[in-house]
This record gives sequence, C-alpha cells and structure tokens, in this order.
Amino acid sequence: MKLKSNIAISENGFMFDPYTGDSYNLNNTGVEIIKHLKAGKTNEEILAELKQKYDVDDLSLEQNLYDFIAMLSHYDLLENA
Amino acid sequence: MEKLRYERPIINKIKAGVPDKYGMQPKIPVKSEIDGIPVKEIVEKYGSPVFVISEKTLRETFQKANRAFQSRYPKVQFAWSYKTNYLDAVCRLYHDEGSWAEVVSGFEYDKALSNGVPGNKIIFNGPDKTDEDLKKAIENGSFIHVDHFDELYSLIRISQNTTPKAKVAIRVNMDTGIYPKWDRFGFNYENGEAWNAINRIMLAENLELVGLHTHIGTYMMTANAYAVAASKLAELAVRTNKKFNHSIKYIDMGGGFASKNTLKGAYLPGKDTCPSFDDYADAITSALINSEIAPDQLPTLFLETGRALIDDAGYLIGSVLANKRLSNARRAKILDIGVNILFTSFWYEHEVYPAQESSQQTEDTTLYGPLCMNIDVIRESIQFPTLKKGDLVVIPRVGAYNMTQWMQFITYRPNVVLIDQNKKMHLIRKQESLKVFKEQELVPEFLLNEKPLKA
Ligand SMILES: Cc1ncc(COP(=O)(O)O)c(C=O)c1O
Repeated sequence: MKLKSNIAISENGFMFDPYTGDSYNLNNTGVEIIKHLKAGKTNEEILAELKQKYDVDDLSLEQNLYDFIAMLSHYDLLENA
Repeated sequence: MEKLRYERPIINKIKAGVPDKYGMQPKIPVKSEIDGIPVKEIVEKYGSPVFVISEKTLRETFQKANRAFQSRYPKVQFAWSYKTNYLDAVCRLYHDEGSWAEVVSGFEYDKALSNGVPGNKIIFNGPDKTDEDLKKAIENGSFIHVDHFDELYSLIRISQNTTPKAKVAIRVNMDTGIYPKWDRFGFNYENGEAWNAINRIMLAENLELVGLHTHIGTYMMTANAYAVAASKLAELAVRTNKKFNHSIKYIDMGGGFASKNTLKGAYLPGKDTCPSFDDYADAITSALINSEIAPDQLPTLFLETGRALIDDAGYLIGSVLANKRLSNARRAKILDIGVNILFTSFWYEHEVYPAQESSQQTEDTTLYGPLCMNIDVIRESIQFPTLKKGDLVVIPRVGAYNMTQWMQFITYRPNVVLIDQNKKMHLIRKQESLKVFKEQELVPEFLLNEKPLKA
C-alpha cells in the first residue's frame, strides 16, 4: 500500500491532497499510520509497530487498520497498485 | 515499557463552506449512570436493551407542570393520558401525585379501574366506545367525552335504561391557527356542529352536560394556539349558560404540550425551542380568566398532558452489535435497539449517548437497529464516537408512547425497570418469553398429529 506522493501532513493531523484540493483531519493514530505509509512500510510492519507501542489487542488493531486504509482508498489517497 | 492508550485511527474529510449544523462539539457527553445507578449495572441485571423509568424525574416534572397551572388558576385537575404510557407502575405514580385517568378504550378504562382509580375520576375519550363501555361508564359516574353524533345517539338510547344520569362533555375541534388542523375528532366549532351537539345534549333528559373538551394536536410548538382554543371553549360555555342557565363544570384542554425532543427536520434542538409549562399555563389560564365566564363560575381546568410529563423520565439503554462501513464509506453502527421498540424514532432525532468514556473523535455515523429491514434507522446521521461491539448507549427522553406503541417483531420486547427515589431498581414489566407467545397461539388439531417436518 503506497500513499500518493506529494500528500502533505502536519503534526497536528491536518492533511492536504494537492491533486484534488481536499483536506482532511486525522487523529494521532491516523497521523502515525500515514507517516509509516510515507516511509514505505508494509501493513504487517505497521501493525507490528503499533502493537508494540499501544495497549490494544491484535484483532482490533488489524480490523481498525484495514478500515482506515479502506478510507484512504475511498478518498483516493493511495497509489493504484 | 508501559504501553500508550490506544485510539483507533480516524480520517475525516474537511468540507469547506459547509459548516456543521451544530458546530464543533467540544466534548462528547457520556451518560454513564441514571439517577446514580451505573448503566452497566442496570444492563448486567436486566439485559440489553432495557427501558428505564426514573421516579424522581417523573414526579419532579409533574410537580413542575402542576405548579405552573395551580399558581395561575384556582381549580386545576390533571388526568394521566393512559395511552402515553400505561404501565401500571407509571400510572400509579401519577395517581399518587393526584392525577385522574384519561382513557380512550375499554382496555384502558379497565386498567385505570384496576389501578384503583374510582370511576368518577376517569375521563373517557375517543371514537371507539362500545355500548358495554358506555353503560359501564355511566354507572360508574365517569366523564364521557362524546366524539360524534352516532355516539351521542347511542348514549341517549343507553341512558334511558341506566342510572344515574350520564355525565357527558363534547370534544370540540377548531381552527387555532395551526396546521394541520385536527378536525377528525369531535364536533367542529366554526361550522356550528359543536353548538348543535350541546343543544341536543341539553334536551336529553338523562344526560348532564358537565364539560367541554378539546385536544388540538400533539407536540404543539406554540402556546398561543391554546389561548385561541380556551377562548373558543369559554365562548361555548358562556353561550350555554345564557341559553340554558346551565354552567359548565370543567373545560378540558387535552394534551399536546411539546417535549424537549427534537423533531425530525428541525434546525434547532427541541430543548431550546419548545415552550415551557409556564408558557402554556399562561396562555390557557389568561384566556379563561379574561373570558366572559363569571369569576364565581370559572370551570375547573382539566389537563390530559402526556408526552411532556413522561418523556424526560424514560431512558432506553442498548448496546452496539457491530460497526460497519457502508459502500459509500459512511460509518454505520448496528444497535440492538430497533424502531419497533423505539417507535418515536420516526418523529424525533433522538439524542444518543455513549455510556462509557470513549474516543473524543467523532464521525458522521448512521445508527441502525437490528431488524432485517431498511426502515430500521434510529439516526440517519449523528456525530458519534466509535464504540466497540458490546459498548452501551443511552437514549434519553423516550418515556412517551414507546412503551405502548412498541411492536413485537423477531424477538421479545425488553424489560422495563423503575428506579425509585431511593435509587432502588424494580422490574415493572418483564421481558416477553416464548411461553407468552405460545399462550396466545393455537395450533389446529390436524397439525398437531403429524410430524411437522416431513422426513
Ligand atoms: C384526547 C387526548 N388527550 C391527551 C393526549 C395526550 O397528548 P400528548 O401526549 O401530546 O400530551 C392525547 C394524545 O393523542 C389525546 O388524544
């Protein structure tokens, strides 16, 4: 999964898509995942990172991550594979 | 290393130029207890979903309404509108506060009697009274509110063979400046029908015209409509007195005061827009006091307020069954609360609160019920935090009409619990069971003999 290049995100969760002019609000976990995606990490790597850091069970985390990525895809923020 | 508190990742699109109707919410309110009892504890004991009635709120609301009228008018009598919520425990609380009973069917009438209400403190309304009902009501000295001429003639006929005299009032419908006009109940004021009915009653030997009644509609957003209605009834009372030298004992203004719920499509929340008891009381009592009725003959003011008295005292607790994404990426939740038990979700944008601390992030969410039907929507669109499966939600202001209009569908209707003023819980209606249904059903003999499932 790769984020479109050029997408800008600030520390406080404001994200801007220059292709469409749309902007978004993200919470901290959202920002973190975007950063990991920008760094080219795979879903498995992201899951491992978050699991280590947060108090959350594997299945919830997995469910939430895929839901989040589905939203990124819905907003057309991902490179077409 | 200690792990950090987790919050699920959220992304929300910022819609420029389309400010949210309610602006940004600073903090998501949580409703974790009802009258000091944790919501979780209620569910552990009585299951989910579960209706809860607060004795404290019920009594306080009644006393507030009563005070608004008593402080402005010498003779006031409330009659509890059974159809609004006829659970016995609820009715008895109102009777304990001094309310009479207002009923609209033989079933409700018998329920009022069984709750210890004497016949002469029952107001019998509605278009559906059987001859048996009328006979019983006459004999018990109840107040019979006549809805149409067919009923009036039935009464004249029946009262020839009964004692004592039937105590009757007529229900009057009228133009109060509001839309829609409720002209299907009672006799019309403007076209003279109400006056004709009064004349016919005054000529009937065994009928005593004791009152004039109206119920101008429900969820009336303007108190002024009541002033118009009270003036028109007062005018009829004065005219009756002039012609027959007969004074009307009471004027019954029916129900219809708005509760603090928000109507669908309303721009502002109901709690900011609906008139107060004082507003309604002011409009009605001023109209009566300023009418041409002689001060020493002022009729008793009857009120049949329903929803505005009980709505706030009722809560519905439910739980999240699942989180979903719709095909358009909208967030949706399935609750175990369906429109069959929350009938008022067809009229109201019910408030829904999480019962436990949750994420401060909200998403525009649709709340569905568990019925396998498209109409089963509790909220089309609500800014709501993400809750997990099993998390609890509380819907306030559901005391009116839900526990009477609910429908049994695919599962049992839930428990209803009363929290008393000493914070004790009492089960006041049991969840249904398979046994309850089996008892109502009959299987023809020929279907009992065979094995139902052919091998
Ligand atoms: C005759 C009569 N009285 C009282 C009521 C109670 O009305 P509300 O709940 O609007 O106060 C109703 C409700 O339909 C009614 O029909």
